[in-house]
Parts: sequence; structure tokens; C-alpha cells
Amino acid sequence: MSKLSAFMGWIDHRLPVTATFEKHMSKYYAPKNLNFWYFFGVFSFLMLANQILTGVWLTMSFTPSAEQAFASVEYIMRDVELGWLIRYMHSTGASFFFLVIYMHMFRGLLYGSYQKPRELIWIFGMAIYLMLMAEAFMGYVLPWGQMSYWGAQVIISLFSAIPIVGDDLVTWIKGDFLISGITLNRFFALHVIALPLVIVALVFMHILALHEVGSNNPDGVDIKKYKDEEGRPLDGIPFHPYYTVHDLVGIVVFLFVFCFVIFFWPEGNGYFLEHANFEQANGLKTPAHIAPVWYFGAFYTILRVVPDKLGGVILMGAAIAVLFVLPWLDRSPVRSWRYKGWISRINLVLFGLFFILLTWLGTQPATGIYATLGLISTIVYFAWFITLPFISAKEKTKPVPERVTG
Amino acid sequence: MKSLIAVIFALLPGFVFAAGGNVHLNDMKVDLEDTASLQRGAKYFANYCMGCHSTKFARYNRVARDLGIPEDVMMDNLVFAETKIGNLMEIAMRPEDSKKWFGATPPDLTLVARVRGADWLYTYLGSFYADETRPYGYNNTAFKDVGMPHVLADLQGKQVKGCAPVVIGFDPLTGQELKEDSCARTDEAGHPIEVLYLEEEGQLNAAEYDKAIADITNFLVYMGEPMALERQRIGFWVLLFLAILFVPVYYLNREFWRGIH
Repeated sequence: MSKLSAFMGWIDHRLPVTATFEKHMSKYYAPKNLNFWYFFGVFSFLMLANQILTGVWLTMSFTPSAEQAFASVEYIMRDVELGWLIRYMHSTGASFFFLVIYMHMFRGLLYGSYQKPRELIWIFGMAIYLMLMAEAFMGYVLPWGQMSYWGAQVIISLFSAIPIVGDDLVTWIKGDFLISGITLNRFFALHVIALPLVIVALVFMHILALHEVGSNNPDGVDIKKYKDEEGRPLDGIPFHPYYTVHDLVGIVVFLFVFCFVIFFWPEGNGYFLEHANFEQANGLKTPAHIAPVWYFGAFYTILRVVPDKLGGVILMGAAIAVLFVLPWLDRSPVRSWRYKGWISRINLVLFGLFFILLTWLGTQPATGIYATLGLISTIVYFAWFITLPFISAKEKTKPVPERVTG
Repeated sequence: MKSLIAVIFALLPGFVFAAGGNVHLNDMKVDLEDTASLQRGAKYFANYCMGCHSTKFARYNRVARDLGIPEDVMMDNLVFAETKIGNLMEIAMRPEDSKKWFGATPPDLTLVARVRGADWLYTYLGSFYADETRPYGYNNTAFKDVGMPHVLADLQGKQVKGCAPVVIGFDPLTGQELKEDSCARTDEAGHPIEVLYLEEEGQLNAAEYDKAIADITNFLVYMGEPMALERQRIGFWVLLFLAILFVPVYYLNREFWRGIH
């Protein structure tokens, strides 16, 4: 026995390193037909790591006070060695995080990855998404630019729509009667400690739940139905090394795009870093046009569709809440859209397109044609969820193959 | 893989935010590699702007280094404050005083190019015109009733707004400019179109003044993101590295998956 294996044996008697690696990597059987859409899970994980690492380094030079926050960000951009790179990785990283999360979620819709027995994976995923929205919102306040301040003003004031306790709740969240350094400080604490802890814990649960039931695949068939004599799924391959080397290819391509934006297009035409946020927060000067960052656009549009504040907040809350119950809305006997009826397939594509439209509208003024389009796409958004149980239960599906089709 | 890139780019919205207002913006060609232009811009900025406007997030020695100006030359010619070369480019004017004098405190300009954009700055600096109703005698078509006096009036001369002949085309036979009085036409609201024109020339002629404000704008774009060139330089090598890394990673994957059908 070599020294290394002796050492591993010593460890394994005390900590299940080898057993854990086998359970989750080298003996975790994933379907062999995972396609392009399955890259976005690992991309999300990569972005989480990116945000945490760059975040730690930003924290070293950031000063969370109303007087110093804006200046300390510029200090990072100008005086800290490669500080600009770390900052752009973090700010662009936030946008890319949401981009890949949206793709990852849409993958779930395409192949019915939320259906039985993967409901909990979906729920954990939605919880991650919800926490990520809070995390991104609070992070956006930290540089203390005009959009940080006024964006926070708009979002926090939504809570005032809640009857009776609304106004007190807003004061409680702000920790002050207006958005101030106190608000900034508590958001900093939540952004760098509390929410990241919750998100990492949820990601852990998300993956644990996934590995309990196994990965879905583009055909939506159960690969555990057919196993060889040693109990290995015939259509499954060990995650390591097959998917580690496979994901590596995707990661290099993804990093190429990510780095292209960081190094050559960091502001993203004002979508990744808004122009107005290069101006220090000023509570006396309201910007003409307050727009959220693009990744909140869809829900911001839905919020603005209703002229009444409380109504808008309820509708926006419903738009997010309805995603949580998706596993119980889809009553189709098949998982993948490949074997669903054509109405489902068209509806799903439309849903995706209208979500993109909703997102874009959120960054535009809600006037004229934009307001009309916002109303239409909000109706389409909810119509998809409302009709889903009926269409999925009634429509004629195609026969699902016994084995994966590649 | 191609589809991956295609989808990511399809999702990046390709629209540009409106620059704001109905002001027509002149096109400014930014060139951060033009060190001479940046140096001239820095000179104008130090002489004409820094009395009232700070660039308090930047340091003198960084500007000197980036623009290729020796530190002693910088201190003698571009630093008028009692300060040291390694300090931030702050000004002595107190915000509460300047607010009284101009109606609004002159903003810090470190990041103004990232807020307003180069085209806007270039247009703004060329759009001052004499207006007796304003406290300092000048107004601006790009920023109506701005509190800022026309500090570059010595250079530009006296620009006024009114009816003036404008070029509307070229004679197809002789190639000569065809001119027409601007007020012969009306805008959407039915008002005669007034244009800006020089009534008295200053120290610079029109072309020289244009160049001067382009230099200032160029300098302010540099000021907004001083590492922009370094960013692109490093970016090139990073992308090259990733492109090369793709080759072994691609073949590694192909080798492992050879037997999987």
C-alpha cells in the first residue's frame, strides 16, 4: 500500500472524503445526453464563486458609510492594484449571474426538471433566486450612486403599500426616516454576511436534493429504469470525469464571453453599470428616470402595470410566488417539452419571449406604447401559469421513449 | 458551442439608453491613445475648469504618469493648488460659497464623462451663447439656464443665438455651398429655427476652439476611467489565453467521450 493510499485510509476512517467524492462525483451517474442547456447550472456555480471571491477582495477596500462609500469605490477603481478588475468582475458578475440563472431556470421549464420527484430541487432553486434578488438589490445600494439611492428609495417604499404596518415597516427597514448611512451599513452587513450564508446553504441543499433523485435529461426519461448487473444506469455515465471535462469546455467558452464584457464592455451600454450611478447619491436631486438594473426589469414592469401601489406590489409578489408552485401547476404526464403537445411547446416559447420583453420594458419609461406592451406581456405571463394546469392535463402527448435518445 | 455564444449575445440587450432631452448631440471621437490631445485637455482643464470643479477621486501623479508629463512639469504648470503631487485633485472653493455664487455647487468632474457621455460634454462646451437675461451673460442650448459662466469665452469669442445663413446643400454644377437663412424654416412647434454663430472671434478661430473642447472632452473621458487602455491591453491577453486554453480542453473532452454513444 502506497503512502498516499495509507494516508487516505487514515482520513477515510475519520472523515468520509472518498465516499463523498464517489457519491457526488465519480459514482454519481448523470444521463449521457445532457445538452447545451445543462451548462448553466455549473455556470451559476462559477458565478457564485466569482461573486464571493471578488466580494471578499472588494470588502478589503470598501468603506460602508454615506460619506465614504462612493469615494472608496473610486479608490478601488483607481488606487488599488487591479482593483478595477475586481470591481468589474463583481459588477459584471452580478449581471452574468442572473443571465445564467435565467437560462438555468428556463432549462427547467423546457425539460420539466421541476416535476415529480424533483419538486424540492425547484423550490430550493426558487429560494436561491429570491435570496439572490435581495442580495443583488442590497449590493447595488453599496456604491452609493444616484441609482443606488433612488433605486433603494423606490424598492423600500413598496413596503409602505402594506396596510396598517406599512409606514412603520419602511422606517424599520431603513433604520432611519430616510435612506441614510444607517441603511447603507445594514445593507452592507446583510450583503456580505447574512445573505451569502443563506445562499450558500441553499445551494448546498439544491445540489443535495438533486443528487438524491438524480439529474433529469432533455428526454425527461428516468435513467434508473434500466440498469446493468452492477446497478449502474445504462444511460448514465459518472459525473467525474465525463461531465467535469465536458463542463470545462463550456466554462472556457463562458469565461471568454464574460471576460470580453469585463475588459471591453464593462458598462454594457448602461445595462450592467447604469450611467447615473457614476454620480454620487443626492437625496435632494431625483433623477428624471429611475430604472432598476435589467435583471429586475420583468418584475418592475409587472409592478408598474397596476396604477395602484398596493395592487402593483401584490401582482409583483404573485408573479414571483407563482413560480414556486410551478411543479403542481404542470400536470402533464410527460416531462420534456419534446413530448408535449404543440400548444404547450408554442406557449413555452412565447412565455420565454415575453419574459425577455417584460425585462426590457422594465428599463424603459412606462409611458405610451411601453405601458401598453407592459400590460400585454404581464397578461401573457400570468396566462401561461393559469392555463398550464388545463393544457398540460388535457393535451395529447407524444410517446416517451424508454431510453434516452441522445 | 456556437449556439452558446449566440444565445448569450441574443440576451444582452443591444439598445442604448437615450442620452436625455431633445438636444441634438455632436459626435465626438474619443481617442485615449492621443497623448498630446490629453495633455492639452489637462492644460485647459487645469487653467479654465479647476478653479471651480474638482476631480477629487483622481490624483495628480496618476494623471502625470498616464499622460506622460514629468512630475516637476506637472507641479509647475498644471497644479495651482497648495498641494503635493500624490494628493487628490481637490479644490479650495467651499461648496457653500459656490452655491451662493452660481446657484448650484459646481459638480466634481472626475466621472462626468461616464454620467453624461463624451458627445454631451463636447456639445455642451460648444453651445454657450450670449444671453443678457442670465446672471453671467451666457446661456447654453445643451443645458438650459445653466449656472456656469462661459469660462472659455476668451478663447471662443462671443457666440450668439439667432437667425443666420446655414448651409443647406451644394450646387450640383459648381459645387458651391447653397445657403439659406435658418429662420426661413420652422421647427415642429412652428418657431423659426435659430442657430448659434460667432459674432466676435476670440483668441482661437472656430476650428481651433472645436479642437480645444474636443481635447477637454478627451481628457475628461480619460479621467472617468483612467485604466481604460490598460483594461483593453490586459483583456487582449486574457482572451488570447482562453482561446488557446480552449484547444486542449476541447480535445481532452473529445478523448474522454470517444467511447460514449
